[in-house]
Amino acid sequence: MPPVLRPGDACPALRRDQQRQYHRRAEYSVGVLDLIAAAGDFAFGPGNSFPAVDQDYLLEARQMQAMSFVMHIPLVCFGIAFPSLVIFMEWLGLKTGKAHYTAIARRWSKVMITLFAAGVVTGTLLSFELGVLWPGFMAAFGDVFGLAFGLEGFSFFIEAIFISIYVYSWDRISPKRHILTGIPVIAAGITGSMFVIAVNAWMNNPSGFDVVNGEVTNVKPFEALFANGHLWPQLTHMYLAAYIVVGFIIAGIYAFAWMKGRRGAYFRTAMVVPLAVACIASPAQLLIGDWAARTVAEDQPIKLASFEGLYETTEGAPETIFGWYTEDNTIEYGIEIPKLLSLLSYHDPNATVQGLETVPEDDWPNINVVRLSFQTMVGIGTGLAMLSAWFLWIWFRRRKLPETKWFYRAVMVAGPGAVVALIAGWVTTEVGRQPWVVYGVMRTEQAVTGADGIVFGFAALLAVYLVLIGTVFWVLRRIARQPFPPEIAALEERGEGDHGTG
Amino acid sequence: MELADIPAILILVGIVAYAILAGADFGAPIWAVTARGEESNRLSESGHRSMAPVWEANHVWLIFVLVICWTAYPEVFGSIFSTLWIPLILACLGIIMRAVGYVAGGVSMSRAFTILAAVASLLVPFALGTVIGAIVDGRVPPGNAQGDIITAWLAPVPIAIGLILVASSAYLAAVYLAADADRRGEDDLASAFRTRGLVAGVIAGLLAAIGLIVLEKNVSAEFFDGLTSGLGLVAVIVSGVAGMLTLIMLWTRRFREARFMAAAAVAAVVAGWGIAQQPEMLPGLTIEQAAASDEVIIGLLVAVVIGLAILIPSLYLLYSLVLGGRFDPLSVPAADAAGVEEPLGPASRRALGFVLGAAGIGGLMLFVSDSGVTLYLGLALFLAGTAGGVVLLARSLVRTPPV
Repeated sequence: MPPVLRPGDACPALRRDQQRQYHRRAEYSVGVLDLIAAAGDFAFGPGNSFPAVDQDYLLEARQMQAMSFVMHIPLVCFGIAFPSLVIFMEWLGLKTGKAHYTAIARRWSKVMITLFAAGVVTGTLLSFELGVLWPGFMAAFGDVFGLAFGLEGFSFFIEAIFISIYVYSWDRISPKRHILTGIPVIAAGITGSMFVIAVNAWMNNPSGFDVVNGEVTNVKPFEALFANGHLWPQLTHMYLAAYIVVGFIIAGIYAFAWMKGRRGAYFRTAMVVPLAVACIASPAQLLIGDWAARTVAEDQPIKLASFEGLYETTEGAPETIFGWYTEDNTIEYGIEIPKLLSLLSYHDPNATVQGLETVPEDDWPNINVVRLSFQTMVGIGTGLAMLSAWFLWIWFRRRKLPETKWFYRAVMVAGPGAVVALIAGWVTTEVGRQPWVVYGVMRTEQAVTGADGIVFGFAALLAVYLVLIGTVFWVLRRIARQPFPPEIAALEERGEGDHGTG
Repeated sequence: MELADIPAILILVGIVAYAILAGADFGAPIWAVTARGEESNRLSESGHRSMAPVWEANHVWLIFVLVICWTAYPEVFGSIFSTLWIPLILACLGIIMRAVGYVAGGVSMSRAFTILAAVASLLVPFALGTVIGAIVDGRVPPGNAQGDIITAWLAPVPIAIGLILVASSAYLAAVYLAADADRRGEDDLASAFRTRGLVAGVIAGLLAAIGLIVLEKNVSAEFFDGLTSGLGLVAVIVSGVAGMLTLIMLWTRRFREARFMAAAAVAAVVAGWGIAQQPEMLPGLTIEQAAASDEVIIGLLVAVVIGLAILIPSLYLLYSLVLGGRFDPLSVPAADAAGVEEPLGPASRRALGFVLGAAGIGGLMLFVSDSGVTLYLGLALFLAGTAGGVVLLARSLVRTPPV
């Protein structure tokens, strides 16, 4: 049986007020943990018939889930952000009557449905994995958060239906109506991500249920999902991230074309519009990220401490950049900036930040993984914001694009960089939640399947995903190489330039 | 009927929808392999053209089934997915491989992609069939991976049901694609699919008959009685008759009618399963015991009602565009291009005013009241308005002549 946190002995080093802080968000969990002690292993099985089972490959199960997310999440960004860019282009074309806007929208819509198809199946896999890898979690809590997935399912339906209608009805219906058929795609992208984030926010800040005699009862699904302070910062953070990722990836592809000398109206527009979107979203993300981090500081102090590798509860805590968290609970080779952590977390340079020492080491996530990915995300995010400032400054001062090639090189790097930051961000929040699957209530090892052979499933999935990735790239290249309609080709200074556009 | 039963009915509805809509997805590539060279390309291209606009939406039904199951019967979901993880992951890998075929675009598909898609198309219905078979056969005990992860699904009943699903998917695909080819005026393709449909239909019928024998020998007497008496028997007979009628319609080239009759045959047999599976979902676990609390189920039903109010008109729009041939290549003139009525005539404009008004007033009521009659009335008005808007949009789209 995994060692569990008991209210009496859990936080010996805590002062009374800190103890309250640690337990404040999980009032029920104190009760839960009392009951774990009473009910033994079977704390979360409804009717005690769903006990946790030993799983030697817990880490592999987590990695399989992680790999599936890493595949799916960049595609989700395209699902959220890309339709509005495509539809915006089509609207511009309709408004100005200029052919290159419409040509961009047409070509992008092919890319959009290709990526959506990949998103559909990688998302299907995730919903299978919830049951295959974490049956204990689903059996105990499926009813608490299932409602959000039900609503997400409908959003997904609407998105799938209208994305098909949009892509297949070019030239079949009037342009105005065609744009209208794209609107539900944008709306469903927003609602769909909101419902999924609602579940993730609930896992980080659970409420809306009681645990009595080891059973989850008194479930209030709406309260659990939508009355949660973590939902809005997380959703906004993800939503902006989607625009940053998509904007920089697409702009980066056309920046490559720019470097190759293709600078006609088509290529210029296809680069500038996504770039502008990403450059507005990136600086905003700094503020939203700060909001999200303060929510974590408030409700998940141990998670915040592991972002920062802060062992001792400290008044006026410093922020340590770089370095490595060691066995003896110090950070080696780090650069310390005094009081910055307190300032960032609580907007007060002398605020007290709770350290890792206040809970047993069993309740810590892997500090170095969390800390490194947090710093990666923040570092890249800051870099993207600086790049954005560069672009916006030149654009608003001189109404033109930067001239130096280094700007375009930077934009090309920004796309993959944004994806790395996105994934690092999710690693931060998901690994940072460990060892809990439901923060403070259910440990991941109580959730995992007891079945054998999960490792083989992992290997097979990896192989199939390689085929999928290969095909997606092959198809995108093929779309990029399709010849332009004659009027667009004439627009380009080098009429033959129909290569490498994505 | 208890509240606890309603989500089970929704699950069955989702399974029927998935089987009759996505089942054809998995049949189409099988047929492409049955021909060589140019004909194979034409078969696979025709399948791709019919399925590409709808397959993503079809797949959401599977997710619908999963979500309803884990919300309403969380323990049943955890038990099934832990014990039967192998066929479930196989099905999922098959779905991904099938999608690779769609992503690759269908046109000028290389033989390798065709074979990959065909393998996936055999795998998915078979694997999902074994999952149903394992539940029918009582091989999934409640609990975390409490059944045998191999013999739970590699046993006579699961294998028989898996094979029946493979055959019926191939059959459904042939029937649907024959109807689509017929609509597009491609008579030779329609004939090719008709022949294949007749063969697959006979095989599916034979397998179903064998399946009944396998069931009788293996499943619990309670289940078999449920299937062969009362309403269960009615369902089985309806399914058999509908299956026969499809063959006759296919033979006489009434493809449209064959399509709906084939769907009815599948729906009836799933209904029969639902009737026979009562009252125990898993051995020793009845629906009432497995069900989540009333509050959860009511919340779920509210979500489903809201969702369906938007989904049904949207699906109607998609299918009326697809089945009306509106997404067919432009070189084929739309049959009804002449004489379509004005997309948004005065009557429609008035209707649009009503719809927007209802949604606006409903939204306002929702916004200002947080309980009681006004809240529900507002919600109802808002939903009705939204659904009406989608219907109007759908109608105007369907009626606009192609540009």
